[in-house]
Amino acid sequence: MPQTLKACATLPHPMAPIMTPVTRFIRESEEVFTFDLAPEQVAPFMPGQFNMLYAFGVGEIPISISGDSHAPERLTHTIRAVGPVSAALGKLKAGDRVGLRGPFGVGWPIQEYKGFDVLLIAGGIGLAPLRPVIYWLLRHRAAYGRVGVLYGARTPDDLIFRAELEEWRRTPDFQLGVAVERAGPEWTGDVGYVTPLLSKLRFDPADTVAMICGPEVMFRATALALEDAGIADSRIFVSMERNMKCAIGHCGHCQFGPHFICKDGPVHPYDRVRNLLSYREL
Amino acid sequence: MKDIAELLRHHPFAEGLDEDTMALIAGCAKNVVRQPGDYFFREGAAADSFYLVRHGAVALEAFVPGRGTFTFLTIKAGEILGADWLIPPYRSSFDARAIELTRAISFDGKCLRDKCEADPRVGYEMMKRFIPPLLKRLQSARMQALGMYDAANA
Repeated sequence: MPQTLKACATLPHPMAPIMTPVTRFIRESEEVFTFDLAPEQVAPFMPGQFNMLYAFGVGEIPISISGDSHAPERLTHTIRAVGPVSAALGKLKAGDRVGLRGPFGVGWPIQEYKGFDVLLIAGGIGLAPLRPVIYWLLRHRAAYGRVGVLYGARTPDDLIFRAELEEWRRTPDFQLGVAVERAGPEWTGDVGYVTPLLSKLRFDPADTVAMICGPEVMFRATALALEDAGIADSRIFVSMERNMKCAIGHCGHCQFGPHFICKDGPVHPYDRVRNLLSYREL
Repeated sequence: MKDIAELLRHHPFAEGLDEDTMALIAGCAKNVVRQPGDYFFREGAAADSFYLVRHGAVALEAFVPGRGTFTFLTIKAGEILGADWLIPPYRSSFDARAIELTRAISFDGKCLRDKCEADPRVGYEMMKRFIPPLLKRLQSARMQALGMYDAANA
C-alpha cells in the first residue's frame, strides 16, 4: 500500500481539516518561522511527506514536515512567509489553531538506500523538508555510509536552523557545507553557489543516493552537477512542490505529465521528471 | 624549502602539465603568504598577478556605498584567484581579502602573457586551465543573480 494511503487511512477523512493547536512558535529568520502542532490523532509520517495547513479564512497550503519522524506527536513545519496564507500562518502564536490534513505524499527513499553514501543538498527553505532525513540519518547512523549535507542560502541572515547547523558541523562523520550568495565581511564561511562545494565532500558516486530540495532552477542545476560527479539520475531524488490543492490526486491541479505531485511525490526520482521539466507549459 | 615547481606540481591547476611547461611557467611564479585581513589585490589597482591558492581562503568583495562591503565569492585551496591580468586594461575589478592565513603561488601576469605569446602551445595549456573554472564561476554568478533560493509559495 502506498505511503500516502497508509497515512491517510489513520485520518477520519483526508479532505477534512482537523483543528490543531500550535504549541510552539520560533522565528528562524526575517521571513521564515517554525511552529509545532500537537495533533489530536497522531499519524506516523516519513521524512519528505507534507501536510495541508489551513489558515482560517485565508486558505490552505502544502507544507513539508520539518520535524523528527520518530516523534510524530509533535508535528513541526517550517514556512517562508511569501504569500497570503504563509503570511497568515506567520502571525500564529502558541495556543492558536490551524486546520490540519495529512500527512500526504511519497517521502524521501531513505529506508531503501541503507548502506549507501547519502548526499543532501538544500537551497533556501529547502532545508526544512530535508531536516527529517538528517534526524533519521543521525538516529540510524550505522546503517549508512558517508553522509554529506550542502546548504545554500541568500545571506547569513537567511540561514535557518542555525543552532542545529553548528551542532551538525561538530558531529563526527558528518560532512556539512554551507554557502551563501552574498555576505558582509564578518562572514568567514563560503560565499557562492552551493554545488561547487560538492567537490569538498567525500562519497563514492557508484554507491551514493542524493536528495535535493530547493527551487526548481536550483535543483535542475544541482542534479546536473551530481550527474557530472558520477551519480546516476535514478539515485537522485528531488522534492517538487507545485500547485497542490487536494493533496490526494483527485483535483488534478498538481498534475505534472502523467504524475500527480501530491500523491506520486512530492519526492520524485530525477529520471522520472527530468524530461518533463523541460516543458514550460506543464 | 620546496621550490616553486614542486609547489606548482601539487596544485590542481598543474595537473597533466608536462615538466618543461611547468618549469617555464614556474619562472614567472613565487610563493606568497597573506595574513587574515591582508589583501591580495584591490579594486581598480593594476592586475599584474594571479594566484593559485594552496591553503586558506580568500573573500572576493565589492563595496557598495551606503550598504557596506559584500563578499560575493570565496576562493579556497586548489582554486585560481584573479583573472583580470588576462585582458587589457589589466585592472582588478574587485577586492580580494584573505579571511584565513592563506598561502598561494603568485604569478607575474606580464611574464606569463609574454611566454604564452612566444609559445602558443603554452598559451593553449593556460587557456585550458583557466576557462573551465571561469565558466563555472560565470554559471554560478548567473544562478546567484537569479536569486535561486527565492522559492515561490502561497
